[in-house]
Amino acid sequence: MATVSDPAASDVTAHAPAATPQTGNGESVDFRVFRGTPDAPEGDKAYQVPMVPGMVVLDAMHYIQKHVDTDLAVRWNCKAAKCGSCSAEVNGRPVLLCKTRVDELPDGPITVRPMKTFPLIKDLVTDVSGNFAVNRKITPFTPTDADAASTEPWRIKEPDIERLYEFRKCIECFLCQDVCHVLRTHDLHERFYGPRFFVRVAGLEMHPKDAADRRDLVREDGGLGYCNITKCCTEVCPEHIHITDNAIIPMKERVVDRHWDPIAWVGRIFRR
Amino acid sequence: MAESYISHDCDVLVVGAGGAGLRAAIAAAEAGCSTHVVTKSLLGKAHTVMAEGGIAAGLGNVDEKDGWQVHFADTMRGGQMINNWRMVEIYAHEVIDRVFELERWGGLFDRTPDGRIMQRAFGAHTWRRLCHVGDRTGLELIRTCQDRAVHTPGVEVHMEYTLTRLLKDGDRVSGAMGYRRSDGKFVVFRAKAVVMASGGWGRMYKHTSNSWEGTGDGAAMAYDAGAELLDMEFVQFHPTGMIWPPGARGILVTEAVRGEGGLLFNSEGKRFMLEYDPKKKELSSRDVVARSIYKEVQAGRGSTHHGAYLDIRHRGADYIKKKLPSMYEQFHALASVDITKEPMEVYPTIHYTMGGIRVEPETAATTVPGLYAAGESAGGLHGANRLGGNSLGDILVFGRRAGEAAAEYAKVRGTAPELRDAEIEAEQAALLKPLDSTDGVKGENPYLIHEALQDAMQDDAGIARTEESLTRSLNAIGELKERAKNLKVGGTRTYNPGWHTCRDDVFMLTVSEAIVRSALERKESRGSQWRLDFLEKDPEQGRVNYVNYRADDGSMRVKPIPVEPLPVELSKYLEDS
Repeated sequence: MATVSDPAASDVTAHAPAATPQTGNGESVDFRVFRGTPDAPEGDKAYQVPMVPGMVVLDAMHYIQKHVDTDLAVRWNCKAAKCGSCSAEVNGRPVLLCKTRVDELPDGPITVRPMKTFPLIKDLVTDVSGNFAVNRKITPFTPTDADAASTEPWRIKEPDIERLYEFRKCIECFLCQDVCHVLRTHDLHERFYGPRFFVRVAGLEMHPKDAADRRDLVREDGGLGYCNITKCCTEVCPEHIHITDNAIIPMKERVVDRHWDPIAWVGRIFRR
Repeated sequence: MAESYISHDCDVLVVGAGGAGLRAAIAAAEAGCSTHVVTKSLLGKAHTVMAEGGIAAGLGNVDEKDGWQVHFADTMRGGQMINNWRMVEIYAHEVIDRVFELERWGGLFDRTPDGRIMQRAFGAHTWRRLCHVGDRTGLELIRTCQDRAVHTPGVEVHMEYTLTRLLKDGDRVSGAMGYRRSDGKFVVFRAKAVVMASGGWGRMYKHTSNSWEGTGDGAAMAYDAGAELLDMEFVQFHPTGMIWPPGARGILVTEAVRGEGGLLFNSEGKRFMLEYDPKKKELSSRDVVARSIYKEVQAGRGSTHHGAYLDIRHRGADYIKKKLPSMYEQFHALASVDITKEPMEVYPTIHYTMGGIRVEPETAATTVPGLYAAGESAGGLHGANRLGGNSLGDILVFGRRAGEAAAEYAKVRGTAPELRDAEIEAEQAALLKPLDSTDGVKGENPYLIHEALQDAMQDDAGIARTEESLTRSLNAIGELKERAKNLKVGGTRTYNPGWHTCRDDVFMLTVSEAIVRSALERKESRGSQWRLDFLEKDPEQGRVNYVNYRADDGSMRVKPIPVEPLPVELSKYLEDS
């Protein structure tokens, strides 16, 4: 170890430096937060929260928990837009609460409601477990026999995986599932995997070392055809994944190639 | 009689679904055990996602001279030689295989031009060693393990369950109990073996990169069940957390910024790391960089919001966006700062806990039969200071070992252990007490108890410590423990964060007491422990680790145990490099 010069040691105290977070100038912000359970919905409840510079909506929910209603239910983890836990709808728009700055919202009361597409548990928390069930249906990563048997480290060229990085950025916030009208309006949860899982499938299908074929799965079980590429999912993605252009449309093309290419179709008849 | 509860039987119970828990579960299930994994959050949200820099492994893909031996030596030096050398040896060897394994499970890494796994420089690693994918390696790791686990037969995952107590059958662990967060129903897992993979604890500090989950449940539960805690005084301040705006304070700014060439400046525009560590500069070990920033701020040379400036602009916008995309996004969204055009403002943030449950190096077995621990909840690998990139490797190497050893124990034990109704009933009563409004007690707000604890720990048991400050902190913890007996909350058992926080407070008080008691015993400065009243390293104290244990009267005690001397065949690697 290099030794460290310690010029200031004798002057320091065991206290953290005097960086008191600057608070606001006495302004407060009006919130309308949905409260209640499916059996006992209470509707939107009004709260006033003191404004702090740079405040995000999740900060305001924590203020309410600490000072007003300790039982306000809100999911969160990293508070840095990396885990995708705090999804909800602010002024009707699906967002991450930890990334939504209060000073960027229009004046007037801010409404905060749970994601509409999933069953309500309480307040801002919904039951998103169905999404995890979908993931279990998707054929996992499957290398070729040769690759699996090889004892040498794999060689993979960067250009062959570059397009996958985007898909792997997904933090599973499920905002894309929330906004998708096939799930939100038509409630086709049993017949449609949803944008998050088309991204998942695309990431597997385009992996240069993957040998499985998920085209039938995604067409039949996954209901890929229900998507009519309105791109709402892409618009709400906090990771800016081009869900429609880079995942869904290429998957649709692959499915079309397999099922509706006339030469391949004739070929399949003869193989039977 | 205990209230009725949801009941599960399994061979192996894994507490926690971060990288360590998932890797343990895969190992236990592959060994043929029915394996239940419990997480407080949703699957894939654990703290592993916050690890940005990469996995340190001596592949030598970029720097050919690298290998496990140099990695071993760097890790021992970083830990100030009080690490468990056998854990470090196992780790440096096996992390290489774990990286290749992750790739074979579908995990992606950035590549070298000839198609091998790319490696980047990181603090106090001799060679470019961190296998990474941009600055979101932790997300890649957890997603890969998550997909592998849910497709491994025999693994069952329970999301949003909180466990609060390990159950015992005689000396042996017999499972664990707690509640389902969504409806507050009690749950009991009867298990032949338990793997604690519950992560670390930073929430008792005010400025931390930890999520709400980092309350030390696993260490506290293990301690309550008779396990020993090791090296608890060592709490890592990551040198670079966000400092502005207030709500973002403490959020991590990855070390990869410095790994990719980021430089630290004070308010006078001086690159102060040239003075504090002329050799390694910005890439000195985390304890050194954190203290350097602290000293600059103390000396009145801090940035606008009392931190330091971290500048990466010279690498150019395209490079920054490719290599540090989530940092670019984070500063843009939360602080309205474009890091390709402006410097970041940073200040040390509580990030990681080196200490934890004392384990056997080979098997991750704790001192309680049937109980295993891996990852951040276990202690010993990192000694007095962890090097960046060594936690993602840790969770894979020792997660797997803990899972395998727990499976072996479960198979050897054969019969399921007995549960004791009285034990379950007593814990249920303790859990329900804060919701009981009939006893006429005015009661304490759990969030305000938490806040008071954060004040006591941040100021007096934080980056710089003295006998006086630690004693003050210990007294505050004692008072808060008394107040916490009267916690009260409103609402019902349905998804009630206030109620959940009551139990978190109790866990955090236990773990905080362990931190402070050990820090008082270690009368020297070593690694992350910086004692202003003992500024030097003491060779005598370098020969011991401090262990917290529960005495027969229920009080917490501290004892020194000798550091195992390094065998000659390994000590030569320290001389070589």
